Amino acid sequence: MLKMTHLSKAYRTEVVETYALRDFSMDVGEGEFVAVTGPSGSGKTTFLSIAGLLEEFSGGEYQLDGANVRGLNDDQRSKLRNEKIGFIFQAFNLIADLNVLDNIDVPLRYRGFDAAERRRRTQEALRRVGLPARSRHYPAELSGGQQQRVAIARALAGSPRLLLADEPTGNLDTQMARGVMDLLEELHRDGATIVMVTHDPELAVRADREVHIVDGQVVELSVPSRRIAAASITT
Amino acid sequence: MFNYYMALAVLSLKRNVVLTVLMIAAVGVGIGASMTMLTVFRAMAKDPIPNKSYELFAVQIDNWGPRKSFSSNGDNLSEQVSYTDAMALMSIRAAKRQSAMYATGAALTPEDPERRPFRVHARATYADFFPMFSVRFRFGASWTAAEEAERSEVVVIARELNDKVFAGANSVGKTLNLDGHPFRVVGVMEHWEPIPKFYDLNDMYGKSEEMFVPFGRAIENQMPSWGNTNCHDDIGAPGWDGHLRSECVWLQFWAELPTAADAEHYRSVLNNYAADQQRSGRFHWPPNTRVRDVREWLTYQHVVSNEARILVLVSFSFLLVCLLNAMGLMLAKTMGRAGDIGIRRALGANRRAIFSQCLIEAGVVGLAGGCLGLALTALGLVGLRSLLSESVSRLTHLSISEVAIALILSIVATTLAGLYPTWRAAQVQPVWQLKAQ
Repeated sequence: MLKMTHLSKAYRTEVVETYALRDFSMDVGEGEFVAVTGPSGSGKTTFLSIAGLLEEFSGGEYQLDGANVRGLNDDQRSKLRNEKIGFIFQAFNLIADLNVLDNIDVPLRYRGFDAAERRRRTQEALRRVGLPARSRHYPAELSGGQQQRVAIARALAGSPRLLLADEPTGNLDTQMARGVMDLLEELHRDGATIVMVTHDPELAVRADREVHIVDGQVVELSVPSRRIAAASITT
Repeated sequence: MFNYYMALAVLSLKRNVVLTVLMIAAVGVGIGASMTMLTVFRAMAKDPIPNKSYELFAVQIDNWGPRKSFSSNGDNLSEQVSYTDAMALMSIRAAKRQSAMYATGAALTPEDPERRPFRVHARATYADFFPMFSVRFRFGASWTAAEEAERSEVVVIARELNDKVFAGANSVGKTLNLDGHPFRVVGVMEHWEPIPKFYDLNDMYGKSEEMFVPFGRAIENQMPSWGNTNCHDDIGAPGWDGHLRSECVWLQFWAELPTAADAEHYRSVLNNYAADQQRSGRFHWPPNTRVRDVREWLTYQHVVSNEARILVLVSFSFLLVCLLNAMGLMLAKTMGRAGDIGIRRALGANRRAIFSQCLIEAGVVGLAGGCLGLALTALGLVGLRSLLSESVSRLTHLSISEVAIALILSIVATTLAGLYPTWRAAQVQPVWQLKAQ
């Protein structure tokens, strides 16, 4: 689904060149739930922005769902992003002027779906996140957890091949965070491929595996302890 | 997507009302100022007879010579001709149609003794006047050639006078008492009011005459000129006959020359006539004549002054300043929405989609600014009416075409002003959203 090979990302100024990612390789299979962890400044967000085609990379290769994304122009990247990727941001990033339905509708508009299809998809997405009663509410009228559910619904509505979540519970209290994580796990069980950036080890253990980044490089690929325990019980 | 972008534009404009009002006000004030001046300018500069303006020619003959010339155009030519020259040209008949004419008038005494006599502005002219200037008739027609030759006491009246005297009924055959003479109505014109009154620019923005009398009859009745008469230092012998034989210029002379060949032929006829006058000893200078079509005539007569042109230029410069202000406000608004734009980019909007969305928003601002500008233009024209003379103020009204021009100008200009903010919006990188968290 997502394959990065010897990928690098450098930020250059006149006097200095800083690598946010260096010789970065990572492979995420279809249906996997991968947690990307690391300390602040390690390159997690840069990885996510490159994975989400929000930013270009300096070197290496990146294949998304079998397509090489190197050299794609803005139109092609936007189209690919719209069709294949669903984003879940830490700060939810809902558009304040639009109600829940219209927020979920945004990526579908750019996809070119007709009104009936958009209506069907928004309602289905709202049902999946358990918020059909809030469809006419505006973001400011919702709790943080509900806003994140709307953001997840927006990410799901286009039936993306890959969900990218950037600290999805970072702005939520414990109870709300648990609810959102439960929802992500449920989506994963339904077959979604999820890559979640987090600095919280407790969240990381809920993924299939954890990728740890330090100084722009993958230093550790591990199966979270909870999964190991579960595997031991099974065997 | 157009409807979607329109809805987003309205939503966006409602979000920051103060900024929106400022943008619309900047555009509206600029449009109001420029359209006010443009409306007046267009009225002044418009072709008063567009279907024939290239076929109708004003005739000029230099009958005073270089020493007496008062022409402001430096060509020694008066805008009017003398009775002697007018009658000579009428007898030559070198044009398809032609007419000498002058402004005159009379006291009209209504049949109803309860109604008081009133003054009526008239024009003494020939029957060719009506077809030459495409005058349409509501009732009847012009006087006939025979009536013209016999100098009959007949009259063609304007619809407005017919409404006033005959309550709009068909008055053909009825009689009007003009200065004690009974004139029979032969025709009632439809409303006809060329602006400017190109055929007699002595009163360029005045109303058209209320009635028209045969030239020969007017001369015989010694109906005086109510227009401009220039005599320099030679006012001729005393009395009406002396006035007719003088070198005073007080008649307008127009010829209809449909083709370039006709015009060329007429020029040579005119020059030959002037050469004949030189040979006969009346003119002591080489032939100096000219024919000008309506467009040339209006330019020659400075119907649209340079001051008016400069005012239009200044008002459009002001519009430019207003648009620059609006552009700054749009830029501020766009940058304030960078977050939303970044989200849309992250969700799959390409640069073209953002560009279209912002450009349509600029267009909506332009439309609103245009509507405000129209209201301000209407106010501006009301203000101008109180400053300008009654004749000029009649021109200052908003027609459908001016409304269309204002709206189109506003939308196009504002959209152009919105190009830079829109371009900046399209440059917003989606990754900023992610990294700004």
